[in-house]
Amino acid sequence: MRLDAFQAAFAAALFQPPGADAAVSGATVSGATGVSLAALFAQPGFAVYRNTVVKGCIDALQANYPAVARLVGDEWFRAAAAIYVRERPPREPMLLAYGDGFADWLDRFEPAAGLPYLSAVARIDRFWTEAHGAADEAPVAAQAVAGTSPEQLPGARLRPHASARWAWFGNVPALSIWTANRTAPGDPRSADLADRGDGADEADGADGASPPPAPLEWRGEGALVVRSGQRVEAVALGRADVAFLDACAAGGTLADAVESALHADRAADFSDLMRRLLVAGAFGGLRVPDAPDAPDAPDDRPDKEHRP
Amino acid sequence: MDAIGPSAGVGLKPAHFDQALAWPADGLWFEVHPENYMVAGGPRLSWLEAIRERHPVSLHGVAASLAADADPDPQHLRRLAELVRRLEPVRVSEHLAWSSRGGMHFPDLLPFPRTRQALDRMAANVGRLQDALRCRVSIENPSHYLRIDGHDYDEVGFLTELAARTGCGLLLDVNNVFVSARNLNVPATDALDAFPASLVTQIHLAGHAPDQGLGTSLLIDSHDQPVAEPVWALFERVIARIGPRPTLIERDDNLPGFDVLLAERARADAVLSGRHHQPACGSVRLDLAA
Repeated sequence: MRLDAFQAAFAAALFQPPGADAAVSGATVSGATGVSLAALFAQPGFAVYRNTVVKGCIDALQANYPAVARLVGDEWFRAAAAIYVRERPPREPMLLAYGDGFADWLDRFEPAAGLPYLSAVARIDRFWTEAHGAADEAPVAAQAVAGTSPEQLPGARLRPHASARWAWFGNVPALSIWTANRTAPGDPRSADLADRGDGADEADGADGASPPPAPLEWRGEGALVVRSGQRVEAVALGRADVAFLDACAAGGTLADAVESALHADRAADFSDLMRRLLVAGAFGGLRVPDAPDAPDAPDDRPDKEHRP
Repeated sequence: MDAIGPSAGVGLKPAHFDQALAWPADGLWFEVHPENYMVAGGPRLSWLEAIRERHPVSLHGVAASLAADADPDPQHLRRLAELVRRLEPVRVSEHLAWSSRGGMHFPDLLPFPRTRQALDRMAANVGRLQDALRCRVSIENPSHYLRIDGHDYDEVGFLTELAARTGCGLLLDVNNVFVSARNLNVPATDALDAFPASLVTQIHLAGHAPDQGLGTSLLIDSHDQPVAEPVWALFERVIARIGPRPTLIERDDNLPGFDVLLAERARADAVLSGRHHQPACGSVRLDLAA
């Protein structure tokens, strides 16, 4: 039998619920090729492949969303993941990155409707994964900004760090819930070196569902997740901070970014905002209009170079 | 490739990173799945590079899908080539299996009918892989769970012809030989004794487990147990026939302490060095180098 026909039928049968194969894919394949695979899929050994594939995907999703798994408990998470895996099988060979889009999916997942914080927590879990594997890059030092002349500052552009991910969560204290449910926040090894390819290291403590911690003020929160050296850090952001970073990411000047920040929060304090973001290592490049060759100004968007 | 000699290594897991890094450079080598290090930067890559500074590392791919009826994913080949460039591994291996189709990826080593058509396709894909990596790759025999009709070749015959066409080596997984033979109800020695000595570049040893529902009539290549005694016996048999080869203790699940893996590695080393009464040249060279 032709290789392609065999693999088409095999692939289809992998994600079918057990028991459906003989009736469905076997019949389909015999129609297409003249050879029935029904008997093949009925062998007990076929379940080994199906179980390995589905379990591998579920394990990877759980490893990539440990705070979500801890919030809902192993059983709920794995049942939801089994549905997700069948709807969205991996599109890339590295399971390290599997589950892009899980937060959006949770937003539409009816059984999660009563957990309005869940997709926000999933987004921060995803930020962590992306930050963990992002390119190495020295952050812009506070001195580099401080050393920029007042005349040049409004036209300067800060590029967010390669590992920086951020968002404003308007309705839920997403970062507080995430922090409380990401295991061993004080232990750099659990956060930085957990074997994410293998599954459950970080979710091992999550045998039962854990509610958000009691002293929690229910209000919107912003979060910045960024890797500083080898360590992934999560930092709380205000609305103005998020607006500022959004403007920087869009290629805006500092003047543009400050305007955005003030639009988001009239009371925003620019120097405090800059200090906090620089301490967090939120920026990977500073470009000053009249000093394109400044050593602290790496830039990968020369096409947007500002020429006064 | 000979730099590490025919000694035994262990699969490297992040949980063992500190101990692995601290271990003296006494011939211990490590193997990792490259897919777990296909990131742009960060701690994963930097700690693997730190290990690589002290110990030889081999790359054992699980996702190139060389037996798929399609060209290998060029992006995957590029990522693999980048890792090979960064890590300069002592060996690179992949599997006689497919794991992707139509843009979807299945985290397993899937079987196929070993037809002449499949051989043509796989030979082309192995050639592309070796061209992309600019090095020889060894192909591993996977575990089998299904009786499939329509094979034109037995597994070793297919692998041997693949090697003849592409120049690839063979990675002999002794546990997979045992598991497959049990599941397909044939003697394990049939395949074991047929592997051409000149093509075998590396050996894998791992543990297996009985299927939860079917018991020992269906063995699972679970990598979550110590190497089983019958597998050690097959390992001794093949080493007696072909001579020592770099041998990996594979453990991916139910991870024991690093010392437990090193004890299994010591047992494998004893088998490797017991084959020859004269000193194994590669080991001596390595000891001097260290």
